[in-house]
Amino acid sequence: MEESSIVKYYLRKIIVAGLVILAVLWVITPFVISILYAFASKTDYYSPNILIPLHYTLEHIQKLLDLGATRAIINSVIVAVITIIISFALGLPAGYAFAKFVFRGKDSLKLLIIGLRMFPILVIAVPLVTLYIRLGLNDTLLGVALAHTAMALPFVIIISSSIFAGVPKELEEAAMIFGLDRKGAFFRITMPLALPGLTAAAIFTFIMSWNEVFIASVLTLTNRTLPAFILTSAMAAPDFIKFAAGFIMIFPAMVFVFIARKYLITMWGITLK
Amino acid sequence: MVDVHLKGIVKRFGKTIAVNGIDLDIRDGEFIVLLGPSGCGKTTTLRVIAGLEKPDEGRVLFGDRDVTYLPPRERNVSMVFQSYAIWPHMKVYDNIAFPLKIKKFPKEEIDKRVKWAAELLQISELLDRYPHQLSGGQRQRVAVARAIVVEPDVLLMDEPLSNLDALLRVKMRSELKKLQRRIKVTTIYVTHDQVEAMTMGDRIAVMNKGKIQQVGRPDEIYLKPANVFVAGFVGTPQMNFFDATVEIRDNEIILDASDFKVRLPRDYLPVLQEYNGKTVIVGIRPEHIYPEGHAPTTAKKLSWIEGTVDFVEALGSDTILHLNTGSMILVVKISGSHHYEIGSKVKVALDLSNIHVFDKESQVSLLYKRQREVQLS
Repeated sequence: MEESSIVKYYLRKIIVAGLVILAVLWVITPFVISILYAFASKTDYYSPNILIPLHYTLEHIQKLLDLGATRAIINSVIVAVITIIISFALGLPAGYAFAKFVFRGKDSLKLLIIGLRMFPILVIAVPLVTLYIRLGLNDTLLGVALAHTAMALPFVIIISSSIFAGVPKELEEAAMIFGLDRKGAFFRITMPLALPGLTAAAIFTFIMSWNEVFIASVLTLTNRTLPAFILTSAMAAPDFIKFAAGFIMIFPAMVFVFIARKYLITMWGITLK
Repeated sequence: MVDVHLKGIVKRFGKTIAVNGIDLDIRDGEFIVLLGPSGCGKTTTLRVIAGLEKPDEGRVLFGDRDVTYLPPRERNVSMVFQSYAIWPHMKVYDNIAFPLKIKKFPKEEIDKRVKWAAELLQISELLDRYPHQLSGGQRQRVAVARAIVVEPDVLLMDEPLSNLDALLRVKMRSELKKLQRRIKVTTIYVTHDQVEAMTMGDRIAVMNKGKIQQVGRPDEIYLKPANVFVAGFVGTPQMNFFDATVEIRDNEIILDASDFKVRLPRDYLPVLQEYNGKTVIVGIRPEHIYPEGHAPTTAKKLSWIEGTVDFVEALGSDTILHLNTGSMILVVKISGSHHYEIGSKVKVALDLSNIHVFDKESQVSLLYKRQREVQLS
């Protein structure tokens, strides 16, 4: 009786560990492969006898950067930053209103905002381009950023409203009793407390914009963002260039997430719900 | 420091009326408690005084200054919240100093006052910590320190002790009361705990369903409840209530309850005259019913009845008897520890000088109605 329960206990542990290992491999294998091959020398890459490359080179990355990836990375960062700025400027007040006030039509409005995300981008791509040409926004970074804002805004609103709702209203009321108006209470109490959560929302927006390829390809010709650039130029190149492109895509995003993640956790040493 | 006057306050949320016409005059330096069950409108009343809610009708006056439409920050009030509302991203020192910083006090003055408040509440050694490093009781002290540091005209407290454990609550009760005496600030204290209300309040305003039921000193509230609600809400175990018919014959008053009859002294004749033949609600507190051998020598007007012991609660300091008199249960409280066999017969005396009689319809006390009318006018 006792022995079988011990066996069961260890069996369960082994199974759980196995599943965890499987999940980690599932995520990490593509990363490892693309990083390894991005730096593999040409001969190692094509040699049928070598699985893990022995000689490494920065040649492929350099080639990509020379081809215009540097410019595309800068473009991507600019677009992502503009997207974060606009979607936060519009989304935070909306999120705050959803979190703190009761008003008629609140729920249907919320649904409508999420409903916007049901539209397949494909459907609006052509009208969007026509509209952009008329407005003179085609092939501009601002144009791409605006399109990305439209995609990110619903998430920013919903996420920030739940973050603001997580800051107890008494904290703001206390600030109002002790001498601040509502605006002051927001900036000095609610905002600092919501910052970790808002950082997460910013990461989310950044990655969404960084990864977005379709709209960026359709709306730009010369001012390509990174995914659009890779799609049009690197896909015709040899495989190791593609891996190098993959590495360039994931590397800045990974760095950004790691920095922001650390910031998130160490913020006040505590987490809001 | 200032006196506070509420004049006809009404506050609605959608279709529900939270506060339904409240008039209350609070004296300068007084500790007044708003007591009532949850949902009775006491917290809403407090928030109206704070300025966090605007009343739909009525006025709030601080002295002769009308503050009804002033934002909270222009009222010079302080508040201690039920959840303490200590700002988690500021150290204790900054939490207490924050109201002063906003009001642009000079640095040395801020430092002096924060240290004064911290010493008063015995949290001087905690000033350098963050709120999440504090226990519930310590957070509570920080909230109080922050509230008194600005020397407010009015100090508002919204169930500040309800999140503390029982022992700490008893300790903080007396500490808060002493603190209030010391700094003499007009204090409005909301609670649903009658013991807190009785021990802390100079006066208590008992509220129910958005209205004030009675305002008075704790002993007035306890001994002369104005209606059935107040009589039943204050006091543990609860007052015994039973219906009885009034019969007046030859200047003799008999209360005919279904299980027994009680002959009342003639003193009650003026108030009960017009109730001849009608049903009234009779109330008597458990400690005003004495089992044989426990009647105090001072109690003169007694009426004896008999019942069967249904249940005994031995609390050590008190013994609580549940007595079955036939169709109802009378709760009897005897101080000290006594043994009673369940099922045994016990004779008890009702202390007729501590009996309460209420109108069946309006539930208003017939004995203290006049007194209350005098109070209100």
